[in-house]
Amino acid sequence: MNPAVAAAVAEAHRREWGFVLAATVRVTRDIDLAEECVQDAYATALRVWDERGVPAKPAAWLTTTARNRALDALRRESTLRRLMPMVVENELVDEPALDGDEIADDRLRLICTCCHPALAPEARVALTLRLVCGLTTAEVARAFLVTEPTMAARITRAKKKIAGAGIPFAVPAAAELPGRIDAVLAVVHLVFSTGHTAPIGDRLRRGELVERALDLARILRALLPDDPDVAALLALILLTDARRATRVDAGGQLILLADQDRSRWDRAEIAEGIALVHEALRRRPPGRLALQAAIAAVHAEAPSWEATDWDELVALYDVLGHVWPSPVVTLNRAVAVGFARGPAAGLAELDALGAEPQLAGYGYLAASRADLLRRLGRLAEAQVAYQEALALMDNDVERAFLERRLAEVQPG
Amino acid sequence: MSQYLILIYDDEAAWESAPPDTGERIMRGHQAFAEKNGAAVAGGNALQPTGTATTVRPDGADGFTVTDGPFVETKEALGGYYLVEAADLDEAISLAKQVPVLSGGLEVRPIMVFD
Repeated sequence: MNPAVAAAVAEAHRREWGFVLAATVRVTRDIDLAEECVQDAYATALRVWDERGVPAKPAAWLTTTARNRALDALRRESTLRRLMPMVVENELVDEPALDGDEIADDRLRLICTCCHPALAPEARVALTLRLVCGLTTAEVARAFLVTEPTMAARITRAKKKIAGAGIPFAVPAAAELPGRIDAVLAVVHLVFSTGHTAPIGDRLRRGELVERALDLARILRALLPDDPDVAALLALILLTDARRATRVDAGGQLILLADQDRSRWDRAEIAEGIALVHEALRRRPPGRLALQAAIAAVHAEAPSWEATDWDELVALYDVLGHVWPSPVVTLNRAVAVGFARGPAAGLAELDALGAEPQLAGYGYLAASRADLLRRLGRLAEAQVAYQEALALMDNDVERAFLERRLAEVQPG
Repeated sequence: MSQYLILIYDDEAAWESAPPDTGERIMRGHQAFAEKNGAAVAGGNALQPTGTATTVRPDGADGFTVTDGPFVETKEALGGYYLVEAADLDEAISLAKQVPVLSGGLEVRPIMVFD
């Protein structure tokens, strides 16, 4: 096979899967049948494009093929049931009659279905990756470090609920939309954070998840260009991931923000992110995601670690804590205070968190405390805190970093 | 259109200790719900408290064990239901949101259709 054809199919798989599936579900009203037809269309593309060349509009070609396949299947089923398939017959199309709005609606419908609040949160993530991003069950399972049968069962259960409970393939009514978009954004944010710093495993970053999150955020941005939360999430992803090339060294060792080579940050992504942050902050009061993106922007714009505007960061965490009261925000604020006003001030803030039950088992609390103690020269206490952090953290790259620090503070 | 059962769960103790006007307010809420959604409501009933319930279980041999009390003892007990017609789950949920409850909540269950 011509490698250019294989590449074109792979590219169409990554970019257009959700689009093709959404347009096909509109015909089938059945997710399983639609998935089968779309898989079939991609398999057909490999053969036909190799013979006749890659079509000018690959997504339209794939959609037509998948929809016709679906109509065939529905017609067969109707014939079996001895029902005259007149309606279906009339809808058979050679070229998909899709205008821009219809495309947008179909994809938003699919995303809203996958992220419906009546589904369990972990099922929303799995369905979105599978149906909108086109990941296989095995890939989704690997991303979340569960076995393939477990993930397959999770996806099957969710699809059964969609069909059995009548979760609609629809964009919610205007009154419901903001809440529903929040659920969608939470899914995309979770996919991103899981990829940005993998909670477990031997890699710091899982690029495939980061890229899917970025794809999803860009799709949402195209679908909802006036939504400040969507702009903010895209900004947050761009500004955070712009550092990707500098987060580990050639040997795979963690490099802290303080020591990263800022000349290798992705300036184009930073510029795009900054513009989006400005847009997102125009809404008053600013939303949680806009503030998180603004915090990422302060780091992205600082010419060096030393020149970072820590007072600005503390102020942003203050506002964020009002919008989204969370002990994690308090923790991050304490870390910023530790750089703005010194480690003693930071530690005092951290101690105020005390035995916050929501942070029990949160390794970053122990790791942050360890760092503040180390900088204060309280090495024995730092040692205990590093050990505590190590007991709670499962990412090998972060663990290796904590081990090195622990060795530094241990009495020679 | 599909049918959904909206099950109303509430805390019976809270009902018993509620002032009389609370009960009246909830009852007016049910009347308002029925008036507004009459076309969608295919049926519904309030149930007597779980103190009146009797549970019947096969005893594993050929007989039955009959016991006093509800099938499952919970703080919030099934106290009534509506059978509604809705286009999809979203519509059923928006109907459920209009059903008055004291301190409990609602469960929305699609009715099984046998082809």
